[in-house]
Amino acid sequence: MTTRWFGERVLRLEDERFLRGTGLYTDDVGESALEGCFVRSPYAHARITAIDASAAKAVPGVVAVYTAADLPFGKTDLPLLIPHPSLTHGRTQKCLAYEVVRYVGEAVAFVVAESRYVAEDAADQVLVEYEPLPVVITPETAERAEQLVHADVPGNLAAELRQESGDVEVELAKAPHNLRLRLRFERGGAHPLEARAVWARWHEREGKLTVYDSTQSPTSIRGGLAMLFGLAETSVEVIAPDVGGGFGPKIMLFYPDELLVPFAAMQLGRPVKWTEDRREHFTAVNQERGQVHEVRVGYDRDGRLLALDVDFIHDAGAYTPYGIILPIITAAQVPGPYRVPSYRVRFRALYTNATPTSPYRGAGRPHACFVMERTLDAIARDLGLERAEVRRRNLLQPGDFPHEVGVGWQDGGRVVYDSGNYPALLETTLKHLGPKPPGEHVGLGLAMYVEGTGVGPYEGAHVQVLVNGQVVASTGIPTQGQGHQTVFAQVVADELGVRPEQVAVTTGDTRRFQWGVGTFASRAAVTAGNAMAVAARNVALKARRIAAEHLEVDPEDLELADGMVRVKGAPDRGLPLAAVAILSNPLRYAFGGGAEIATPFQARPRPGPPLPEGEAPGLEATGYYSPPLGSTWAAGCHAAWVAIDPDTYRLRFLKYVVTHDCGRVINPLVLEGQIQGGVAQGIGGAFYERLAYDSDGQLRNASFMEFLMPYATEVPEVEIHHQETPSPLNPLGIKGAGEAGTIPVGAMVASAIEDALGVRITEMPLSPLKLFELSRARC
Amino acid sequence: MIRVNGVERPGPTSVRLLLSDYVRHELGLTGTHVGCEHGVCGCCTVLLDGRPVRSCLMLAVQAGRHEVTTIEGLAGEGELHPIQRAFHECHALQCGFCTPGFVLAVAGLLAKHPHPSETEIDEGISGNLCRCTGYASIRRAVQRAAELTG
Repeated sequence: MTTRWFGERVLRLEDERFLRGTGLYTDDVGESALEGCFVRSPYAHARITAIDASAAKAVPGVVAVYTAADLPFGKTDLPLLIPHPSLTHGRTQKCLAYEVVRYVGEAVAFVVAESRYVAEDAADQVLVEYEPLPVVITPETAERAEQLVHADVPGNLAAELRQESGDVEVELAKAPHNLRLRLRFERGGAHPLEARAVWARWHEREGKLTVYDSTQSPTSIRGGLAMLFGLAETSVEVIAPDVGGGFGPKIMLFYPDELLVPFAAMQLGRPVKWTEDRREHFTAVNQERGQVHEVRVGYDRDGRLLALDVDFIHDAGAYTPYGIILPIITAAQVPGPYRVPSYRVRFRALYTNATPTSPYRGAGRPHACFVMERTLDAIARDLGLERAEVRRRNLLQPGDFPHEVGVGWQDGGRVVYDSGNYPALLETTLKHLGPKPPGEHVGLGLAMYVEGTGVGPYEGAHVQVLVNGQVVASTGIPTQGQGHQTVFAQVVADELGVRPEQVAVTTGDTRRFQWGVGTFASRAAVTAGNAMAVAARNVALKARRIAAEHLEVDPEDLELADGMVRVKGAPDRGLPLAAVAILSNPLRYAFGGGAEIATPFQARPRPGPPLPEGEAPGLEATGYYSPPLGSTWAAGCHAAWVAIDPDTYRLRFLKYVVTHDCGRVINPLVLEGQIQGGVAQGIGGAFYERLAYDSDGQLRNASFMEFLMPYATEVPEVEIHHQETPSPLNPLGIKGAGEAGTIPVGAMVASAIEDALGVRITEMPLSPLKLFELSRARC
Repeated sequence: MIRVNGVERPGPTSVRLLLSDYVRHELGLTGTHVGCEHGVCGCCTVLLDGRPVRSCLMLAVQAGRHEVTTIEGLAGEGELHPIQRAFHECHALQCGFCTPGFVLAVAGLLAKHPHPSETEIDEGISGNLCRCTGYASIRRAVQRAAELTG
């Protein structure tokens, strides 16, 4: 019997360097790099009439000051990722603005100096003259289009997309009951504790550009830099080293710094780095979450959904560098785990003079979940039914899979749920939540969600057994804390019959693996995890073929276990994996460590070349996993007893239960960490974190003193239950889990507060002040 | 001279250098992380004479007559300190960026309350932000560290 690591609570292999403070984050790379600092727009909308950098250039220690005029790509629009036919008026910014700035924080100049301190001094000396223009700041204002963000974009309308399955108008008219709701979600920010950073070095003699970037997609950055700088891709290496949290906004192509730091390094012939400070992170890094939804729903007297119409506007910010993925995801995910016989959704993505939006953990799904769950709660209230009962009556059943929802998905295909058991999620959660605890102003919160995870197109992995028996594995996707070095090691260890700690995993380093897409959309475990399994299986097959010759047995009779390739049922007959690695790499020289068995003068199993025909040297293999069109659909249910303090309106979770299903679980310890952490971010998004823009487009709370993220005192211990419905779409049967914890929290908290206080909740985020106002209005 | 992790080191090259930048960039002790530079997140926590302080809110020259301990000095190169071990056992870290600050904050907490109550734990770590873990595992790690240190 061989040990199986898949499914075990393996303690993390990457922990020690973090605990000792010896991790390598981008700002740690150092090597006497010059340091950069940005001059950013203080206006939300203005014409630039003059830029004078002469005083800044004269500051001792300043090496260069770049404005758009100094850049060969200064007049080029930055790329628009993921173009979509509905995005008829896509716009992206210039690397450095030179005519018009359209949000506070847009980059205008880049100063490079001997130290960050000097660079900041000099940045203050860059004189930029602005002529302020009218500002458009909320999606509602953008919709009115009294002012335009882009002069050539009528109505501020970047994109409009309509989808319909069934005939919603007819079904709404026929429905015995109808309701309308208006549901608003305000902007929020991810705020990983490591802000962004880029470090670059140009090696003139090797003609090689090396970039460290806290990105979620080093392979894309590498391709883009090669293209822009006219270099072969093989001359550019991009490494995402340890990254201090990502949550979405660290994936872009490009933020201005991702071009300017390598550009400056090539120009100046010295390493250059730029490390963002928190204040600039607040406005320079993509945000998320501004949407306003108009909902019409028709249902029967039992509370069963008949037709749903959702019309929403999405606050895209000043540009659309990330396409319209966010509203596409919202549109696709509104129906959630429920049967919606007729569904119509229209969205319009509108420009505003605020920071552009792109996915943040949940990526449009918290909005979708809020819309659906608020709607079901409204139906329950209207009919005098239990909220759980309304859900029970509308849930898809285990026999309904695969289930086609009738709308498009972010991969260009259709939304098709692969597998699940939604009623069990609800019942397990309610059972564990238990009866209402004593106390006043205590409410039940309940929300369910689905999440399309593991989106394509593909990821790959390389697995190799070194001649000392150590296994190394690499993949193109980077890591921001998800525990990839552990979970991928578990997957590889199972295939090769070794222990996880014998597998050293490298992620997000194009020097080790140059193909792949990135870490986002809860896709890493599904795509790269399965690629690891494929690669490791290929290595195992090769090990059996090579060992079979030397042991003079059929490869089918061999197994990999305990670090050996051995005969099944006769564990004494076998070769150490290290020896097979040596046999796979026939040498003229013996270096010890057992290498002598593979030198040319040693006995061979047969005459001829040392390796069997068709076999390449090295005990290694590459594997890829590309999901069939469609995602793996995870699902879950959150429920809590929530108490509201009637004097301070403080929110307290008396009990919080999550049951979730992400298919087969690789490592419950790591998974529970993802869920608990996701819930914490969801709580932040539901009750604390609000980006407070004023009508001039100034972010009034751009610091951690005023933009409040939850501390330990705000986050309860979540009771987590696993349900495993394997995905039929991949060899490991897994689904993604990275974003799941965050998705239903807003909807769940809204439901609980309504129950506790008897007020109506139609917006996110809430706050003690908001609850006070709602309660007072009700009295 | 400034005493850092038990070793006398040359003082900062500039009087305006923050203690956080001094240990990171002049001493190369990059385990001290900078998350907000305004004293809220706690990532830059170091021990000053055994008490947790925010190194982003201090000038390096102010540390002159004090003993500074950074994360690198907690266990040296030997076995992990019990607090570090507890964080590992309880999966109390994910991306690792806030971790050195938490570990040193907990060192300060346990020095004051060797057997902290739940409230004392919440209080002891409520000056540090973590965006990954959701804190539950960190609370457990503090309890485990208290057990390990006896």
